[in-house]
Amino acid sequence: MNKSEMADEALFLLLHNEMVSGLYRAAEQGDGENGRCITKLENMGFRVGQGLIERFTKDTARFKDELDIMKFICKDFWTTVFKKQIDNLRTNHQGIYVLQDNKFRLLTQMSAGKQYLEHAPKYLAFTCGLIRGALSNLGIKSIVTAEVSTMPACKFQVMIQKM
Amino acid sequence: MHLMSSELFTLTYGALVTQLCKDYENDEDVNKQLDKMGYNIGVRLVEDFLARSNVGRCHDFRETADVIAKVAFKMYLGITPSITNWSPAGDEFSLILENNPLVDFVELPDNHSSLIYSNLLCGVLRGALEMVQMAVDVRFLLDTLKGDGVTEIRMKFIRRIEDNLPVGEE
Repeated sequence: MNKSEMADEALFLLLHNEMVSGLYRAAEQGDGENGRCITKLENMGFRVGQGLIERFTKDTARFKDELDIMKFICKDFWTTVFKKQIDNLRTNHQGIYVLQDNKFRLLTQMSAGKQYLEHAPKYLAFTCGLIRGALSNLGIKSIVTAEVSTMPACKFQVMIQKM
Repeated sequence: MHLMSSELFTLTYGALVTQLCKDYENDEDVNKQLDKMGYNIGVRLVEDFLARSNVGRCHDFRETADVIAKVAFKMYLGITPSITNWSPAGDEFSLILENNPLVDFVELPDNHSSLIYSNLLCGVLRGALEMVQMAVDVRFLLDTLKGDGVTEIRMKFIRRIEDNLPVGEE
């Protein structure tokens, strides 16, 4: 990784943080409902995920199957966005995939204390949307949720919706 | 597969502006919100910038202009704007961006003629400079999104901030 890549990564991380706090600040001032913030963050992620895939996959050979696509998300896609790969991918072979990141980039700036755990969903919503948007542009409809047990590790669960 | 993180930033920024346009009824409120968010980013970014760049204290506004254009813009957005149109007193200048990475793939819809799409940048510059004791006024004069040939950001030095009180979120 060269220095300039790290620099604009800093800008992305700050933008993401400010998106989260900006939305919640606006909601507190009555510019929207609190619960809708998660949905908005998810929607923004979705749009970005779609856009990224459009640029990524121009010269990528067609994928073999669903698992092949998930591996691509865990390796290439994750590395481009978060500078590391997903640490563990599990599947029940019936349309559920669990992607585990032991040091999730958007959580590493937060303190590891238990009292911050309740704020974690705010910082995961954008990425849930990012995965869903990426998959959607690769022809897979899905529901993506996330959970954190110990910061900064987290798991993203992808449930494929059969068409 | 190669992609600069700046594309991630550009796309994310685009999604943010789209969302704000849905959340607020008029463009002025979106502009204000973008400026405020930029400010909050700027006050944090300056720490990262000072740590990364090793630039020392600037002795005058001309030196500040150089650091902003040649070091900061280069580092975070991968571009080097040119510095022009100095005021005779040396307290005002323009940054000319031939290519504004924030607006890659962007077209303004007709019903958002007052939207200052890249207004976040003004907030970032204002916030960052405030942290190094400089109060500045930052605004867009020209914008390629509005059909201008280049993008021009006008920066005006207002005053040196003497007291070192911590600045909170706006």
